[in-house]
This record gives sequence, C-alpha cells and structure tokens, in this order.
Amino acid sequence: MDSNIYDLVIIGGGPAGLTAGLYACRARMKTLLIEKMMPGGQIMITDWVENYPGFPEGISGADLAERMTRQAEAFGLETAYEEVVAIRPQGDVKEIILADKSLFAKTLIIAAGAFAKKLQIPGEDEFYGRGVSFCATCDAPFFRGKTVVAIGGGDTAVQESLYLTKFVDRVFLVHRRDQLRATRILQERALSNPKITMVWNSVPEAILGGEKGLAAVRVRNVKTDEIQDLAADGCFIWIGITPNADFIQDTLARDSQGFILVNARMETSVPGVFACGDIRNTPLRQVATAVGDAAIAAVAAEHYLNGF
Amino acid sequence: MAEGVLEIGDADFEKEVLQSDIPVLIDFWAPWCGPCRAMTPIIEDLGKKFTGKAKIVKFNVDDNPITPGRFGVKAIPTLMFFQKGALVEQVTGMMAKPKIEELLNSMIG
Repeated sequence: MDSNIYDLVIIGGGPAGLTAGLYACRARMKTLLIEKMMPGGQIMITDWVENYPGFPEGISGADLAERMTRQAEAFGLETAYEEVVAIRPQGDVKEIILADKSLFAKTLIIAAGAFAKKLQIPGEDEFYGRGVSFCATCDAPFFRGKTVVAIGGGDTAVQESLYLTKFVDRVFLVHRRDQLRATRILQERALSNPKITMVWNSVPEAILGGEKGLAAVRVRNVKTDEIQDLAADGCFIWIGITPNADFIQDTLARDSQGFILVNARMETSVPGVFACGDIRNTPLRQVATAVGDAAIAAVAAEHYLNGF
Repeated sequence: MAEGVLEIGDADFEKEVLQSDIPVLIDFWAPWCGPCRAMTPIIEDLGKKFTGKAKIVKFNVDDNPITPGRFGVKAIPTLMFFQKGALVEQVTGMMAKPKIEELLNSMIG
C-alpha cells in the first residue's frame, strides 16, 4: 500500500488548488488533485477578471482558468474527477474517502472553494433556470432587451450587474443598505450607468411568476416596510458565498460560517492538513489572494513532509 | 463535431429528439458560456460511451432560440433527458459526469 500513498492530495481545482498543484509538482511531490466537476472553480462563471496582475487588458474567467490548468499540467499535475465524500485527516496518513474507494496521502491541501449563497425565499428554486440565475456570463443573453433584478451590493453583484447592462435594457440592483460595499471603481461605474437603477435599503421577499417563468421580484424596504413588486424577466442573485465544506464535517476547526480556520502558514487544526483560497477564513476572496494562499500552503506541506 | 455527438437545431429537434427510438441527452449551450465550454469534454466522452444506446445531442441556443423558448430555458448549461418524446429530467447548471451516466443508464434500463 505504501507506493499508493501520495505525498499530497489537493481537494479542489480552482485557482487555489491549481496553484498548489503547480508548486507541489515543481517540488517533485507525488501529487494528486481531486476535482468534482472541472478545473477552474468560480472563475469559470466570472465574465471578466481585471484585478489579477499580468493581464493589463483583463481576461475572461474561463480563459484564466484554462491557462492555470495548462500551466499546472505542464509540470505534471495529475487530476482525478471524483467527489470527496469525507476525510479522515488524523495521523500520519490521511484518508480521502470517495464514493467507491479511499485514497491516502501524507499531506492534504483543502482548496474546495465556495459556492453562491441562495436567498432562501419563495420562488427561488421554482424559477431557477427559468429566470433565476447565479451566472451572468451564462445567462445574460437570454435577457436581451429585457428588465432584470440583481440582488447584492458587493464586488460580484456590481461587476456582474455591469456585465448585464451589455444585454438588458434595465437592471434593478437591490441592496439591503443605502450604499454599496463593492470596490470604489465598480461603484462609480454602476452609479453612473444609465441602465442600472438602485433599489436601496431593500431585501427580496419572494420571486413571482407562472407558467411562462419569472414575472416579478417582490422587495421590502427595510426602513419603511413598504412592499413593491419589480416587474422583471430575470433575477440574478449575488449575496455572497458559502464554503464547499460538507465533506469536512467536524474533522477540522471552522468558523461560525463554516470556513476553515488556518494560521499564517495555512495550517489547519490538524497537522499535515492545510487549507487555502475561498474555503478558509480570510478577509478577502479574490484570485490574487487564493493563489498566494496556495503557494504558502504547498510550501508548508513540503516542509511538513520533509520534517522541517 | 466530436464523434458520437450530434449537433442539432430548432429544425431537427422534433425528428432527432422527440421521435428518437433511444433515450436522448440534450445539452443546451452557447459559445459565450464558460461552464458550457467546461462541460464539452464530458459531453463528448458520453457521446463515445453511449454510442447506439443513447443519443447525445448538443443544441446551440444562440443560433436556435425557438426550442429553448418552448421549454422556458433561460439558463445554461441546461441538460434535458428525453425518452420516447417525453421530458424525463431537466437540470440547470454543471452536472457531474457520474450523475449524468446514472440517469442515462436508468433510462436505458
């Protein structure tokens, strides 16, 4: 069984996982990356990345993902398309449990990322794919010349609302506070865009529609309790993310939202297990921070392996 | 187009999907959709694997708006599974390959 033990198994193939793989392969660690869908992670659905250095004109999320994948593979990164069901991280050999077998590794890097949070209001599930969307790059062209509602106020909500304006006639951007949280340059672009109408101090209550799909989004003003139905053909939801951490259960220490707690070397509460990127407790979730985390995690794993 | 995968549009939807003798997986996609591009290798692989047992079909929603409109498809990738002209399952968003295979196998019986 010894020969089947990896030096490192990386769970997740977004920017963090691919970067960890790149560093680990260059360190000649016997490495396997496990990805449940396809490499790229959340940037696969990001229309445009213009805050990752080295691409002065910006780059599409899908292109960036493809380049990162190619770069990691060029150094010999091996990828398995499997879903991790659970982990047993204690001890010198860590067990990674898949649907039909287990894998074993001396070190583990968890880079499983996060996914879009749902509103959990009536109509959201019913109209998903029939007007409700979490992905502007996938679905914006379905709403050419139409009106849509976008929910949120952070970078993703504002960036993607701006992208929507290339297709739609009007975006109602619904935010629960009276100012946006997004980075200034995005705020300036949104507030000066004639196609974007801000709906301040408001939260969505329900998504309404019928046979033909979504028809309106019901919002409530949190200051006045006034209810209004915004007539629209689509509703895009960008209210934050939640970690892909079901398989971790209580094996590692996590914060109240489920993100994995790590120190500056990306070490989790269990020796030999590291976490990086969106799945860890971090003040900023960007490609730039994910790849930095991952480089630290990979080198820390190498040091752990070599007994430093 | 890859071997084993059929590319169709509004004009041949009726014949290739609804009137098919074997189960059909139809992948609604468009060139501008990153996750759709990421699904491509999976779809092509399924095309080879299910040759003769199920029909694996790609449908470009950009060039063919009528069929997506008919089924209320407003998000891609959307996968639809048809058997004997009836819609059996509709899934929006990326779907893992083992789950697609499981569904196809259950339809083949």
